[in-house]
Amino acid sequence: MKRLLTRQNMIIAAVLLAVYLIVQTLLSVGIISAFYETNLVLGGIGVIMAVSLNLITGFAGQFTLGHAGFMAIGAYFSAVMTVKWGMPFVLALLGGSCLAAVMGFLIGLPTLRLKGDYLAIATLGMGEVIRVVLLNTKYVGGAAGLFGIPRLTNWTWIFVSAVVTVLCIRNLLWSSYGRACISVREDEVAAEIMGVDITRYKVLAFVVGAFFAGLGGGLYAHYYYFLQPGGFGFMKSIEYLVMVVLGGMGSMTGSVMAALALTVINIFLQSYAAIRMILYALLLIVIMIFRPEGLMGSKEFSSAMFSRFERRGDRGSAGGQ
Amino acid sequence: MKMRKMLAVTLLLAFVLVMASGCGNTNATKTDGAAATGTQAAAEPSEVVLGANFELSGPVAVYGQTKMNGVEIAIDEINKNGGILGKQVKLIKYDNKGDDAEALSLTTRLMTEDKIVTMLGPVTSGRVMVAVPVSAQFKIPLVTGSGTAPAITVADGKVNEYAFRVCYTDAYQGGLAGKFAATSLGGKTAAMLVNQNDDYSIGLAEAFKGTFEQNGGQVIEQVSFTNDDQNFNTALTKIIASNPDVLFVPAYYEQDALITKQARELGFTKPIIGGDGWDSADYLLQTAGAAALQEVYFVNHYFSGDSDPAVKAFVDAYAAKYNETPSSFSALGYDTAMFVKNAIEQAGSLDPVKIRDAMAATKDFQGITGNLTMGENHDPIKSAVVITFDKDGKPILKEKLQ
Repeated sequence: MKRLLTRQNMIIAAVLLAVYLIVQTLLSVGIISAFYETNLVLGGIGVIMAVSLNLITGFAGQFTLGHAGFMAIGAYFSAVMTVKWGMPFVLALLGGSCLAAVMGFLIGLPTLRLKGDYLAIATLGMGEVIRVVLLNTKYVGGAAGLFGIPRLTNWTWIFVSAVVTVLCIRNLLWSSYGRACISVREDEVAAEIMGVDITRYKVLAFVVGAFFAGLGGGLYAHYYYFLQPGGFGFMKSIEYLVMVVLGGMGSMTGSVMAALALTVINIFLQSYAAIRMILYALLLIVIMIFRPEGLMGSKEFSSAMFSRFERRGDRGSAGGQ
Repeated sequence: MKMRKMLAVTLLLAFVLVMASGCGNTNATKTDGAAATGTQAAAEPSEVVLGANFELSGPVAVYGQTKMNGVEIAIDEINKNGGILGKQVKLIKYDNKGDDAEALSLTTRLMTEDKIVTMLGPVTSGRVMVAVPVSAQFKIPLVTGSGTAPAITVADGKVNEYAFRVCYTDAYQGGLAGKFAATSLGGKTAAMLVNQNDDYSIGLAEAFKGTFEQNGGQVIEQVSFTNDDQNFNTALTKIIASNPDVLFVPAYYEQDALITKQARELGFTKPIIGGDGWDSADYLLQTAGAAALQEVYFVNHYFSGDSDPAVKAFVDAYAAKYNETPSSFSALGYDTAMFVKNAIEQAGSLDPVKIRDAMAATKDFQGITGNLTMGENHDPIKSAVVITFDKDGKPILKEKLQ
């Protein structure tokens, strides 16, 4: 309890609460319009997806191209729970996430024995299998899609879910499990010699990542009214992978920043209908040329960073006098 | 300690400032849906603002772009002839990349930030499905020229009040094809080759079967294929063994061309019938060849070689601007814009709710793609054409269906 209530944690909690309340107030008085609200939601889902993918790809070092598959499972299952079975939203979100995690386990166990390119191809195949299964399942609408999903996702759900995602993954990474995951990324052989059960930790990262991807999917389904298997193809996985790489593999705050930045950039580019995708791609190329390690590299943006600035600042002002 | 507090406060302030400046432009224009319609009617804007939410990039970009071309021809023509209700038309175009989230976000943007009176698009059914609830939320109508899924206009037995389309539905089109096969071609037995991954294909096949059997025929064989299939020999051999009078292939032209070619190579000479997915005569000719295209018939929205003066004028204007023959998508894009113009003029007002009422009441609207009367379900009742090929593989008009 004492460790939980450090001043640092209090400040973080206060800032989070303030962000939530300010945005909530701006939303309720209408200063943030309906259009910007859709982008807040999109950005929030991006954060959840990118951070969860970063756990698998950035921290555990397992290159996966099937993240949208888990999102699809969470989206479809939670939508089925609310639309067809009339369950409350919280249960639907949890149900979708859990099913995605179970699928992550079932798929991860055999595929995570593969490495590098082979794993990428296997996960790519996995994502496609999920999409095609949905495409052929009449119960969820097949190719026509699942419609009539109520809009239940709002700023509160998005914010709470994003914070929970980041906190859970951060705490996991700072535990011995997380350090074991990172050791697998750094050197599998060395980790194994040290007694780390590498398959176990790879699967762990995969399952937790899939769980939160499922959560992102559930939130998505209940904001966009409509689901179609085509929306969860290979390109969707790439979209989130871009966020992770742009933010920095192995930096959670990097993923958060990249997800938000790309959402904002997208808003500005919307006005240039014809050339927007060219501009978007150019922007990515330029960023990757100048910051090949991503915006944050493997560093984290934290309050510890401020204290460093502070000290530097103190020295600077002292020197000035 | 003091420093840290200050930092926290500065950060918070900075955040608030960023948020405020980021949304600064919306401050002045902020309104919710209901209020927007009110202020618009009161302020009497000097121009008619329409929005287009099209798939200009992504997997179906070709459809979005050709349709946008048709829309632009129409808007140019409208503005040259004095606009709508004496006001010039301003078209705000956005690209939704063929992405659902983007389509929803842009629909919201057009309907709240840009204050449009009607939205054109999206082009494909999935994106329209996402936009429909938004149009109901802000009470601004949307008209799609090519979203054919039944649920766009009617969901759970209820008509979506603000959603319209100017193209016929899959069921209507498949039904026409079935009737054509049984009556005009006198077919008694039919086989169907259906893309089981594609809603369009399944919808057409079901409707075809319905009217074909109503008109005295019988579907004796149905074989499925999937999106990525290139080789149809096994499926076709099975179909040929059942010896049908006609073969119905509701699919898109890339696969249609391959199916036609392979069927003819296997010695199948009976008629092959399709829907508007076949609409790329050039592609069919290049891939399958003129000989294979004999006895091929497909139902389409319009025929670019039609002698009708309105069609001719459109085809000429299109060729002058884009240097190509307009596809059905372009023609439907043109009709979408003209349909909206007609509705606004009938309403005599820029109030989106009145425009919606006028759309629902549209009767005998003369479009490039036929004479259109809006049905009760916001699905149009309109004519269609059947296209076939001459000895050189040039498309010719077989007949007009009503």
